[in-house]
Amino acid sequence: MKIESPVQLAETAGQLNSRPRPPMKLLVSLGTCGIAAGTQPVLKAIKDEITERRLENAIEVSEVGCMGLCYAEPVIMLLDRESGKRLIYGDVTPQQIPAILAAGTDAPATGTRTIERNWYYPESETPADGEFQARIVLRNTGRINPENIEEYIAEGGYTALAKVLTEMKPQDVIDLITASGLRGRGGGGFPTGRKWQFAANQPAGEKFIICNADEGDPGAFMDRAVLEGDPHTVLEAMAIGGYAIGASTGVIYIRAEYPLAVKRLEIAIRQAEERGLLGKNLFGSGFDFKIEIKFGAGAFVCGEETALIHSIEGKRGEPTVKPPFPAVEGLWKRPSVVNNVETYANICAIVRKGAEWFRSIGTQGSPGTKVFALAGKVAKVGLVEVPMGSTLREIIFGIGGGIKHGREFKAVQTGGPSGGCITKQHLDLGIDYESLKGIGSMMGSGGMIVMDEDDCMVNIAKFFLEFTLDESCGKCTPCRIGNRRLYEMLEDITNGLGTVETIEKLKTLSATIKDTALCGLGQTSPNPVLSTLSNFEEEYLAHVKESRCPAGVCVKLVHYTITDKCVGCGLCVRHCPANCISGERKMRHEIDQSRCLKCGACYQVCKFHAVEKH
Amino acid sequence: MKINLKINDSPVSVEAGTTILEAAEQLDIHIPTLCHLKMDCLQIEHRSGSCRVCVVEVKGRPNLAPACSTPVAEGMEVHTNTLRAINARRTILDLLLSDHPKDCLICPKNLNCQLQALAQELGLHHLLYKGEQSTYNKDLSSNAIARDLDKCIMCRRCETACNVIQTVGVLSGVGRGFEAVVAPAGLKPLVETECVFCGQCVQACPVGALSEIDYKYPVWRALNDPTKTVVVQTAPAVRVAIGEEFGLAPGSISTGKMVAALRKLGFDKVFDTDFAADLTIMEETSELIERIKENKNLPILTSCCPGWVKFLEHQFPDLLYMPSTAKSPQQMFGAIAKSYYAEKIGVKPQDIIVVSVMPCLAKKYEASRPEFSHDGVRDVDIVISTRELADMIREAGIQFAELDDQPYDSPLGDSTGAAVIFGATGGVLEAALRTAADWLAKEDLQEIDFKAVRGIKGIKEATVTIAGLELRVAVCSGLGNARKLLEKIRQGKANYQAIEIMACPGGCLNGGGQPYHHGHGKILVKRMEAIYEDDRNQPIRKSHQNPAIQQLYAEYLGEPGSHFAHKLLHTHYFDRSKK
Amino acid sequence: MSCQCQCAATSPTRTPEDAAKFDELGRFIASLNVDAIPDRRRGYLIQILHRAQSIFGYLPEEVQEFVARALNISRAEVYGVISFYSYFTDKPVGRYKINVCTGTACFVKGAPKVLNEFKARLGIKEGESTPDGKFFLGALRCVGACSLAPVVMVNDKVYGNMTADKVADILKECGE
Repeated sequence: MKIESPVQLAETAGQLNSRPRPPMKLLVSLGTCGIAAGTQPVLKAIKDEITERRLENAIEVSEVGCMGLCYAEPVIMLLDRESGKRLIYGDVTPQQIPAILAAGTDAPATGTRTIERNWYYPESETPADGEFQARIVLRNTGRINPENIEEYIAEGGYTALAKVLTEMKPQDVIDLITASGLRGRGGGGFPTGRKWQFAANQPAGEKFIICNADEGDPGAFMDRAVLEGDPHTVLEAMAIGGYAIGASTGVIYIRAEYPLAVKRLEIAIRQAEERGLLGKNLFGSGFDFKIEIKFGAGAFVCGEETALIHSIEGKRGEPTVKPPFPAVEGLWKRPSVVNNVETYANICAIVRKGAEWFRSIGTQGSPGTKVFALAGKVAKVGLVEVPMGSTLREIIFGIGGGIKHGREFKAVQTGGPSGGCITKQHLDLGIDYESLKGIGSMMGSGGMIVMDEDDCMVNIAKFFLEFTLDESCGKCTPCRIGNRRLYEMLEDITNGLGTVETIEKLKTLSATIKDTALCGLGQTSPNPVLSTLSNFEEEYLAHVKESRCPAGVCVKLVHYTITDKCVGCGLCVRHCPANCISGERKMRHEIDQSRCLKCGACYQVCKFHAVEKH
Repeated sequence: MKINLKINDSPVSVEAGTTILEAAEQLDIHIPTLCHLKMDCLQIEHRSGSCRVCVVEVKGRPNLAPACSTPVAEGMEVHTNTLRAINARRTILDLLLSDHPKDCLICPKNLNCQLQALAQELGLHHLLYKGEQSTYNKDLSSNAIARDLDKCIMCRRCETACNVIQTVGVLSGVGRGFEAVVAPAGLKPLVETECVFCGQCVQACPVGALSEIDYKYPVWRALNDPTKTVVVQTAPAVRVAIGEEFGLAPGSISTGKMVAALRKLGFDKVFDTDFAADLTIMEETSELIERIKENKNLPILTSCCPGWVKFLEHQFPDLLYMPSTAKSPQQMFGAIAKSYYAEKIGVKPQDIIVVSVMPCLAKKYEASRPEFSHDGVRDVDIVISTRELADMIREAGIQFAELDDQPYDSPLGDSTGAAVIFGATGGVLEAALRTAADWLAKEDLQEIDFKAVRGIKGIKEATVTIAGLELRVAVCSGLGNARKLLEKIRQGKANYQAIEIMACPGGCLNGGGQPYHHGHGKILVKRMEAIYEDDRNQPIRKSHQNPAIQQLYAEYLGEPGSHFAHKLLHTHYFDRSKK
Repeated sequence: MSCQCQCAATSPTRTPEDAAKFDELGRFIASLNVDAIPDRRRGYLIQILHRAQSIFGYLPEEVQEFVARALNISRAEVYGVISFYSYFTDKPVGRYKINVCTGTACFVKGAPKVLNEFKARLGIKEGESTPDGKFFLGALRCVGACSLAPVVMVNDKVYGNMTADKVADILKECGE
């Protein structure tokens, strides 16, 4: 049935919430990572168990998106509707299901792993101790079935759109977003309200509102989680944005590598259209809004808004000089607003709860929260959403459980290939757009890669630059050739061919690339080099002055030697591909350094730890 | 609306939308550029802002701004020569050179290269960066355009020329990052593409990545072969441009010096394509009048330009009946030289070598079309461009600027003012109108300047009245303009009787084989003025009044459009579209 | 006068399977109504290329031409787009991607012999796929499994301590 007024929407939500439902709800995390970790067999076991024990009226199963607990997938959550008690199980196996279902929410089933919830929902809750996370963007992700619009409506979905269309003028909406202080979550942090205002100020006519879902940072998957877990929130926000700037067409530009997100978006759009929540004359306001999906095809640079627009137009995704800005001349030369998924995911909450509420979370300059994809050497890899101003220590140690295998924290890279590394000395810095910029990194889209003592920072810089090389569009000279030269210099350093002069050249060329590249990708591409240089210059110097890689990563600089522990078993001799280990049987062996390939085979096979790597 | 800003502390007031580069020009402040190409007279603009050579410092802006593509803003303070801007510019150039062969001495664009000029301008004598260089196979597949992508600096000017201006659509950016380059689909050699060899990409290319296929050596060989009679023809547009190669001012009419130089090079006879242009007018005009009388196959399209003809064959195969079947002047000349003239001097056609000097690269291709050779003997044996001729003159140590004027040889060197104007867009049509008017009125009319079809504009439309007959005509130059017009014709939205089309914007004076204009549109305007001046200076200005032509028909061809004339002077066209 | 020019290349005759694939692509393009706004036809390019690649497995020249014609854009532009986006390929890639590690350790332990054996048995060169589209043969830089050198990877599976004799076994395994 079509929903044609706010009253009908409220009635529908009321009916959905008051219909008789089983007392127990079981949430099964079916994001991409959950599926890869084996949630499907778990889900099957759950369904089988329910059928077998005739639990249909006792337990309602809901297939939800990612709960952010990637390190513990498969993850399920058991919720008692009446008492509000809940249990989150991680590393679930199909075999555990009967016991879990039998145990209920009073106590965990034996032989299982349970996880404490360390987040709260600012829209409806106040934080308890240890709840570092505040979920606004992820408020529905992992809580509702993304393939069922009713669950979204039951949670207050589309009330923000209804309010905007029936109670507010377009300018009121822009004023609200401006007052909230919401800034673009795609990386740059440009105030969203201002962006909308620019487009709204353009003469009336065809305009576009575009969602950038081309998340491409290595190690970032926040947007995917939102699209897979709560697609309607993005659709609703785009419609609100469309109303604000006078656009009746929305375009979602999404990576082709996200098939599940695409599928769920398609389902969501179809269901919204069926309900009259997208299409003509929404809520009887006379406002029409439709959404199209356009696909990327594997080009990181298309995250840059002008490149993205060209890609939608079927061209090579090469950025163009701004101005003209997309707000003036965007898709098909019409005024366009490009915001990313996470930015949109904030809009409905702001409309419902107000600008002041939003500003009460986060910092003065950067209100609200930020979602990070926590990865690398951290114990609990996953998705976290914290208020702006939270410290890295809270995120990495509080939520992330510290460093894997008890190793030493060395640095964390934020902002992906455009960002920089942050060291121990800044662990207690409250992070927002300005503070990260101040220490030579950037917010970026939210990738957060933790590194420990085994990571060579020169090699890390090289890794990010290699990514940039692969992804540079090749249009402007500094990015096309400059980054290539930077990479070659880093390669020289990791191969032991660098000199102090190489380091100086790295610095000057990096500065020029930042100063002259055409687009954001190029302008920020030297950041990993500059920030590792400023924080770990001694590591660079060790490479060039002493031919030594302190982390023992750079193969050409590593030496293997055999110590007194050698019993002369000859195992290493048999494994050495270069036949460069010799020695009498039962006597200490030796490695001919001139022929050693540094492959490490001897180091790996020696049972007596007699091979040393340094 | 005027915008006020300061550049290097000097105030300037310019129109909104002006770029920093243009504003600086008003103050005579030069900012170096490389990828930028703007020719107002042809409405050509390539403003990609990609090379980053033109970066300048703008107060309050965190990074440097590309002057070529940054619009001015009220109160802007620009500094073009701060240490930061200079260092950045030098680094950009250093980087470009780190991925560019340093074989300037033997590069076809040596001393005509804008990258080389920039290195000199910035005084770069020491390179800081080196590393891997891109390597590609050279494309020498066609007989017109050579591609050496090792030298490509990704300015993409050729792409704009090919796709935006000409709409031929052969070139595109290919690949990405360091491997990005400009190439045809599938990295195919040009000969396998729809390239029409207009050579506008070669004109646009600031470096040696695109150049002509060089035929100087075959000419030298022919000149030194005692068994051959070597004759040369020079196209109309060559005489008003070649002087530029020797330091003469653009627009100098150097016909006499050029003829003298060609004699010094050793050509047995120095003839003029203009003679054949007059011949073309005879054939084409009689065809025009016939089609108008019969009111069929209209409009008639000119067929002198081989780039345009090939474009039509690829893109508009359904309109192949439209162009005049008259061969181009170059090919008419070859056909006459190897028949009429050969008989006249008693030399076998295979012992005559016809060399053409053309402002064009497509002429190299045209001469090689199979229908223009018989029993293995081509009508036109070797085609060199204006630039190649200049090279030969230099190589021979001839002091061009010092030469005394000499006249062409007769009879194939005799021509009229109507032929000279073939070198400018609109000229062929005007020449045809002069003859048609006389023929239809059956008198020697005095009003012979058809100014409505003159000028460098891309599409010109006019209704002209000749001998009481109203003729709707159009002239377009640049294949993009041609495409627009042809689409209209195809859709039945245009109603013309005669249309002149030239592939190169502005006509042959801006041909792919002309001295490089390096983006200076004023040079083209000067060449055009010179062409019409040369026309005014001619004692005879109508093709049919050329005595040598009259004699040719009397002695050999019979009437214009006769069966024999058709056999010798007309051709047909092929559907080259991909089905 | 007889025509000796390189007249328009005639399109090669298609196999029934290929014809069916072109039909499918043609129907897909028709369903998009690309001519609704002629100036914006090319906005469908990437979507169409995605579909074409899923139909054909890759984007051969003929398909590129087909798409270019449907959208009235040049073949160069279509190729420019294909070569820009890493998702698209204009070369067929075999289902089984065999990659022989040619890192230093594998090299000295006999990787070239293994590679040559694959070449001989499959009748293709490095970087090519077999005509039946089953195998792709490539060479990789070090895969970091030097202790197992020489190493061969088939899709994501690693085979260590390879010899030329074992090549036949691997191919057989893929056949099943």
